[in-house]
Amino acid sequence: MAYSIPSDDHEHAIDTSGPLEYSTEENKLKILGFWVFLGAEFVLFSCLFATYIVLHGNTAGGPTSQQLYDVNGFMTETMLLLVSSFTSGLAIHAMRNNQKNQMIVWWIITMGLGAGFVGMEISEFVHYVSIGATISRSAFLSGFFTLVGTHGAHVTLGFFWMLSILIQIIRKGITPITARKAFVVSLYWHFLDVVWIFIFTVVYLTGKVV
Amino acid sequence: MLPRYFYNFSTFMSMFPHNYLIYGADVSIVGATALIIFVLTYFKKWKWLWDNWITTVDHKRIGIMYILAAFAMFFRGGTDGLLMRTQLALPNLHFLSAQHYDEIFTTHGTIMILFMAMPMLIGLINVAVPLQIGARDVAFPYLNAISFWTFFFGAMLFNISFVFGGSPDAGWTSYAPLSELQFDPGPGENYYLLGLQLAGIGTIATGVNFLVTILKMRAPGMTLMKMPQFTWATLITSIIIIFAFPVLTVALALLTIDRLAGAHFFTIAAGGMPMMWVNLFWIWGHPEVYIVILPAFGILSDVISTFSGKKIFGYTAMVVSLAAIAALSFTVWVHHFFTMGAGAAVNSFFGVSTMLIAIPTGVKIFNWLFTMYRGRIRFTTPMLWALAFIPTFVVGGMTGVMLAVAPADYQYHNSYFLVSHFHYVLIGGTVFGAFAGIYYWWPKMFGHKLNERLGRWHVGTFVLFFNMTFFPMYIVGLMGMTRRMYTYPSGLGWTALNLIETIGAFGQGASMMIMAVNIVRSIKFGERDVTGDIWDGRTLEWSTTSPAAEYNFSVLPQVTSVDEWWEEKKRGVVRPDHATFKPIHMPNNSGWPFLIGLSFFIAGFGLVFNWWLSAIVGALGIITFLFLRSFDYNTDHYIPVDEVKRVEAAAGR
Repeated sequence: MAYSIPSDDHEHAIDTSGPLEYSTEENKLKILGFWVFLGAEFVLFSCLFATYIVLHGNTAGGPTSQQLYDVNGFMTETMLLLVSSFTSGLAIHAMRNNQKNQMIVWWIITMGLGAGFVGMEISEFVHYVSIGATISRSAFLSGFFTLVGTHGAHVTLGFFWMLSILIQIIRKGITPITARKAFVVSLYWHFLDVVWIFIFTVVYLTGKVV
Repeated sequence: MLPRYFYNFSTFMSMFPHNYLIYGADVSIVGATALIIFVLTYFKKWKWLWDNWITTVDHKRIGIMYILAAFAMFFRGGTDGLLMRTQLALPNLHFLSAQHYDEIFTTHGTIMILFMAMPMLIGLINVAVPLQIGARDVAFPYLNAISFWTFFFGAMLFNISFVFGGSPDAGWTSYAPLSELQFDPGPGENYYLLGLQLAGIGTIATGVNFLVTILKMRAPGMTLMKMPQFTWATLITSIIIIFAFPVLTVALALLTIDRLAGAHFFTIAAGGMPMMWVNLFWIWGHPEVYIVILPAFGILSDVISTFSGKKIFGYTAMVVSLAAIAALSFTVWVHHFFTMGAGAAVNSFFGVSTMLIAIPTGVKIFNWLFTMYRGRIRFTTPMLWALAFIPTFVVGGMTGVMLAVAPADYQYHNSYFLVSHFHYVLIGGTVFGAFAGIYYWWPKMFGHKLNERLGRWHVGTFVLFFNMTFFPMYIVGLMGMTRRMYTYPSGLGWTALNLIETIGAFGQGASMMIMAVNIVRSIKFGERDVTGDIWDGRTLEWSTTSPAAEYNFSVLPQVTSVDEWWEEKKRGVVRPDHATFKPIHMPNNSGWPFLIGLSFFIAGFGLVFNWWLSAIVGALGIITFLFLRSFDYNTDHYIPVDEVKRVEAAAGR
C-alpha cells in the first residue's frame, strides 16, 4: 500500500482561498455537521407543524385562531426577526472583510432585534393566558403553544449562544475558530428565520383567515 | 415552596412497590453498587476510571463502553423476559400480579430495543467504522462522548424506575390515551418519556457524527463505492436516524407536555387525538427497526466475505438494496395498526409497500449465499452466527410478509404470531448479527480472541433454545393466544407449547452464561492477536494493531480498491517508514460530556416527579457546561513523532 503523507497539520492547515470560516478541515467538518443537524431540526419542526395543522380546528369550545391572533402583533414580530436575519448576514459580511468593530455592531443589533422578538412573543403568550387561552384549554392551543413556543425557545437559546460568541469575538478577535463559531450561529439564526416564515404563513396568516 | 416538593416526593416514595421481587432487586443493586465502589477504592482505580474511560473521547473506548452498557441492559431485559416466561409456563399462574406483568413487558420491550440493540450496534459502529475507513477518529469526538453519556444516563433514568416510584406499564409503544395522566398516574410513564428522550438526543448526535465522518474522513482514494459494507450500512443507518429520531423526540415531548402541563395532544377530552401519538410513534418506530437491522446486515456482509475468502457478491446491489430498504422504511408505518380502521385503500397501500421491502432484503440474502458459493468457508464463531442468521431471518421475514397481508392481519394482529415474528427478526437478525460482530471485532477491541470452542457451544445452544422458545409462539399465536395477557386458562391446548417456550427461554439464559464464561476466561487464556490481523481479514481495520493505538494509523493508508487490506496482502505488505511519521493531531479528553449527561439526568429526574427545583438545577447545569465548553480553547493536542515511533516499535512495526 502506498502511503500518502499528509501535511504537518492536516486539520489545522489554513487555506486562504475561501472564506475564513471554511479555512481549515476541522471547520469544514463542523459546518457540514451543523447543516446535517439542521436537517434533523427540519424534521422536528415538520412534526410540530403537522400536529398543529391536525389539531387546528379542535378548539373544544374555546377561543379559535381567528379570535386570538392579532395582525399588528405578529406582523411586528415577523419584521423584527426578518430584519435580524438580515443584520446577522451583515455581521458575517463584516467578519469576512475582517472588520471586527463593524461585525460587533451588527451582531449586537441582531441580538437586540432577537430579544425584541422574544419579548413580544412572551407578552403575546402572557396575554393569551390572561384571557383563559392556556395550553390546557384545547388541543388547538396545545399545538399552538408548543409549535410557536419551541421556535421561541430556539430563538432564546440562539440569543444566549450569540452572546457567548460575541464575548469570544471581542476577546479573541476574528480567527478561523471564532469565525467558524459565528458562522454556525448565523446559520442557526437564518434557519429559525425560515421556520418563522412557515409559522407566519401556516399559523398566523392561515389562522386569521380559516 | 420546598416542603410541598418534599411532600410530593414522599408521596411517591410511599409508592415503593411492596413486592419481594423488587426487594430482591433493591438488595442486589445496593450490593452490586457497594461492591463496585469497594473494588474501585481498594484497588485505587478511581483516577484510572476517570482519566481513561469517563473523560475519553476515543471512539474505540466509547464503543467498548456502549457494548458494556448494552450487555448490562441485555441482562436486565433478559431477566424481564424470563420472569414473563416463568409466569406463562403453566396456566393460571400468579407468580406476578397483572400490574407487575404489565410493567415487566413494558420494560422488556423498551430496554431490549433502545438500551440493548441500539447501543450494541452503535458500539460496534464506534469500534469499527473509523478503522474501516482509515480515519484517526470520528468527525466530532467530543460530541461522540456526549452521545454516549446522554444514552447512558437516559438508560439509568429508565432503569431506576422500578425501585424508585414505579415502572412504566403502558407497553413499549405507550399508546395514548392509556399512557395519559388520567389512566396512568404516577411517575412510571414519565420515566419512560424522559429516559427515552435523553437517549434519543444522543442517538441523533451519533447519526450526525457518523454521517459526516463517513462522508468526509475516508482515507485518500477510498471512494464511496470502495467502502466496506459495514461502513455503507452505517452511512445509511445514520441517514435514517437523522430523519426518524426527531419524530420520536416530538412524540415524547408532546406526551410529556400532556402529562406535566395538562395539554391535550393525545387525550380524549378537549379535542386531543390519540391516533396522532400512534402515527408519530410508528413514523419513528418503523424506521427504528431498520436502524437496528441495517448495521447487522453490514456485519453479515463483512463477516461472510471474510470467512468465505471472497469479495462480497454483488457489491453495488448490496448498496442499492440498503438504500432501498431505508427509503421504503419511511412508507410502511401504518402496517402496525391495520386494525384501527384506516380503510381498505390506506391499508392496501401500506400492505403493498411493506411487502416491497422483501425484495431488497431478498437480494441481500441471495448475495450472501452467492458470496459463500465456491468460497473457502472457515467455520469460525462469527461465521456460525452469520450462518444461523440467514435461515432465522428468512423465517422472520416471511412471517412479516404474512402480517403485511392486511385482511389476514385482522386474524393474527397482536397475537403471539406477531410476538414470534419480531423476535425472529430482532434476535435472529439483530442479535445474531451483533454477536457475529462482537466475536469478529473482539480481538480488535481487546487484543485477544474469544475461545472458539466455547463460542461454538454458545452459537449452537443459543440457536437451538431460541427456536425452542419462539417457534411454538407462531403456533400458539395462530391458536389465538394474544400478546400481553398475564395468565391464561387451561384446556385451550396452549399449555404444552407454553411450557416448551419457557424451557427454551431459560436455555437461552444458560447459553448466555457460556458467553459470560468465555469472556472472563479469554482475558487470561484467549489467543493473543499479535499481528493485528487474526482472522486474515480484508478491510483496513485489520491493517493496524490490535487493539489499535490511540491514533489508529501511524500514517493514513492510501486506498485503491474494495477490500484494500486483502489486495495489499496479495501485493506484499509494506509497513510505513518511521522516517515519514509526523506529529499526530488528536482531541483532548474532556469531563464535560459526563457532567452534561449527569445534568440531563438530574433535570429528567426532576421532571419525572414534577420536582421543578431539580429540573431547573439540571437545566442550568446543561447550559453552564455547554457555555464552559464554548469558552474552552484548549481542546486538542499533538502526539509527538517520538511517541508514535515508540508505540509502533512496541507493536513490532
